[in-house]
Amino acid sequence: MPQPSTWFSSPDDAATRLAGSGYLADPATAITAYLAGVLEKPLLVEGPAGVGKTELAKAVACVTGAELVRLQCYEGLDEARALYEWNYKKQLLRIQASGDQSWEETHDDIFTDEFLLTRPLLTAIRRDEPTVLLIDEVDKTDVEVEGLLLEVLSDFQVTIPELGTVAAVRRPFVVLTSNATRELSEAVKRRCLYLHLDYPDAEREREIVTSQVPDLEERTARMLVEVVHRLRDLDLKKAPSIAESVDWARTLVALEIRDLDPTTIDDTLGVLLKHHSDREKAMKELRFAG
Amino acid sequence: MTSGLVDRHISFLEALRAAGMSVSLAEDLDAVAALGAVDWDRRETVRAAYAATLVKKQSQRATFDALFDVYFPRMVGDGAAGQRDDADRVVDNAQALAAFRDQLVDALAEGDRQAMLDLAAEMVARFGAMPGRGPGLSSWSAYTALQRVSPQELVDRIAQALLGEGRLEDARVEARRRIGELTGLVEADARRRIAEEKGPEHVANVALRPSIDRIDFTAARKADLDEMRREIYPLARRLATRLTQEHHAKRSGPLDFRRTVRASISTGGVPLVTHHRPKRPHRTELVVLCDVSGSVANFAQFTLLLVYALRDQFEKVRAFTFIDHVHEVTSHFRPGADPGDVLAGLAASTAHAALWGRTNYGRALAKFEESYADALGPRSSLLILGDARSNYSDLHLDVLRRLAGSAKHSWWLNPEHRRHWDTGDSAASKYGEIVPMVECRNLTQLGEFVHDIL
Repeated sequence: MPQPSTWFSSPDDAATRLAGSGYLADPATAITAYLAGVLEKPLLVEGPAGVGKTELAKAVACVTGAELVRLQCYEGLDEARALYEWNYKKQLLRIQASGDQSWEETHDDIFTDEFLLTRPLLTAIRRDEPTVLLIDEVDKTDVEVEGLLLEVLSDFQVTIPELGTVAAVRRPFVVLTSNATRELSEAVKRRCLYLHLDYPDAEREREIVTSQVPDLEERTARMLVEVVHRLRDLDLKKAPSIAESVDWARTLVALEIRDLDPTTIDDTLGVLLKHHSDREKAMKELRFAG
Repeated sequence: MTSGLVDRHISFLEALRAAGMSVSLAEDLDAVAALGAVDWDRRETVRAAYAATLVKKQSQRATFDALFDVYFPRMVGDGAAGQRDDADRVVDNAQALAAFRDQLVDALAEGDRQAMLDLAAEMVARFGAMPGRGPGLSSWSAYTALQRVSPQELVDRIAQALLGEGRLEDARVEARRRIGELTGLVEADARRRIAEEKGPEHVANVALRPSIDRIDFTAARKADLDEMRREIYPLARRLATRLTQEHHAKRSGPLDFRRTVRASISTGGVPLVTHHRPKRPHRTELVVLCDVSGSVANFAQFTLLLVYALRDQFEKVRAFTFIDHVHEVTSHFRPGADPGDVLAGLAASTAHAALWGRTNYGRALAKFEESYADALGPRSSLLILGDARSNYSDLHLDVLRRLAGSAKHSWWLNPEHRRHWDTGDSAASKYGEIVPMVECRNLTQLGEFVHDIL
């Protein structure tokens, strides 16, 4: 690396600065985020829902003063929504307005920047300010879209047949998130650094909850985290996420509950568990018969 | 490059590849670049740098960690702690054992990871050594060490120490979890010592277990089975998502002329985008017939659970279990029921599937045709699960032929390795001639099969 990275200067730097924005990263996350910056490689973050995958990208953007460009993936996402699109309607108008202008001139006219609609991937590449490109829930897309991502992820360039190749002015910090509902192709994975985010340990989760909900008392937070951890050990259809334990903490603060006894847990468990069978099982396992 | 670092790096990568991870040259170079960018003063940093560049599947992480510990060990021999010890200390007798166990209880109750690491190393050194006849022949056994110290018997003492304000039951659960952690550390330390003695390649070949989705159903330990059971729902969810996506991708039916023309108005009458009518999805009725005799019971359970978790993808599912008699178990699969309860219900009903208790495929098939022939129709698919070991009884091939003929599709899943088919009392190829037989030994194969039939 000729010049020092523009993102983080060391893993510790990454950890401290991310913590400053309220994102408490564990050492592995900090190191991987640092490496993604230094090696200028995309970062693929996988893990269960609600462990802070998207938040990581937002936090990186926040602490480095970069702008966040987000591509939300969904089934049926195509080139026109991800990369770029020609503004057909405007082009048609231009052709109709051209009158007796020769076709060659019109042709050169309508394939210019003016008629190009840039979509997130192209936008991120053409920006000369620091940019964090978040490609969210990449496993929701079709396999074809992955092929389309390859050029962007490995060379940071986009080829538009009519205009030529647009190379990145400044490489963005790319974060891809995935819930692992589908195995991504080897080609995409090979181009990325990989980070698996999992539920944090009790100590870290307590820190996260108290930093997000400062009004929560220390003792209640400890009890809350303990219950959440025991729920995750059960065989549930959907284990409670960090986001849900934060929601639960907010609920407890709003209801001014300080003690987690069986009744209050029963009353508020709906915040954590969204399946009826999970709820029944939780009550049975935690032995809160009342 | 004579430092040996490059050699070690390359042999580490070789070991990862041998363990079934696909590590490409590009990733190799990334790993080297990543190592160049971090400090090497902390082992966990190096581990994280390797993991970020080489491990692209979470299911391979356990394999990676085990190999990393072997190739980049935490310490050499007994480490700094071992050299401090004075020589006249008694290494192994009853008194030393009792003292060590006291120490262990304190450390586990404390939950201090560093102390646990040190004790695990000490435990292997003192109680797991297997002296050999010459240099290079001595070895280390985690099993011996664990047998001697038997931390399982310490659960109550640790639980007592942990017992602050909580309930005794919670403390015991926590104590067991910590002992499990210690067991893992002891096994890792024994691997480290063996690797030091015989070279890491030796350990990489023998001491590692395959990842959970590649463990055979028939060879799984109880802990593996629990872990597999937890994998079923995520697997079903992944399959369901994948199927929906693929069905949607193939969805475009005939051209919807009206919508296409209407959409073309906004582009000056030029139909730039065509619209299509949705295709009607077709769903199969599935009839599952599964052998629940002891030898294949685990496999039957997993397949039934997976089918049950995917029941939205089928029009209707009917499940039958048999040993030498047929019993319908469809009623156990209530929507929204907890998988644990379903399994318990299935286990309890196993008794109905047996008359004498010796597996008899022929009799079971005949009984099925007699009592439930109406279950199969032109829209239904028949799925038979079992190892086709019928205790040399009459196979009733004609019955199976009639059953297969009345269903739209039929498959037979066999949990045995293909090389064991037709050995002993297995009638795999005889049945396989009538109904296509598929080898299905682990979760990966099971997932692939279910995906393909849908």
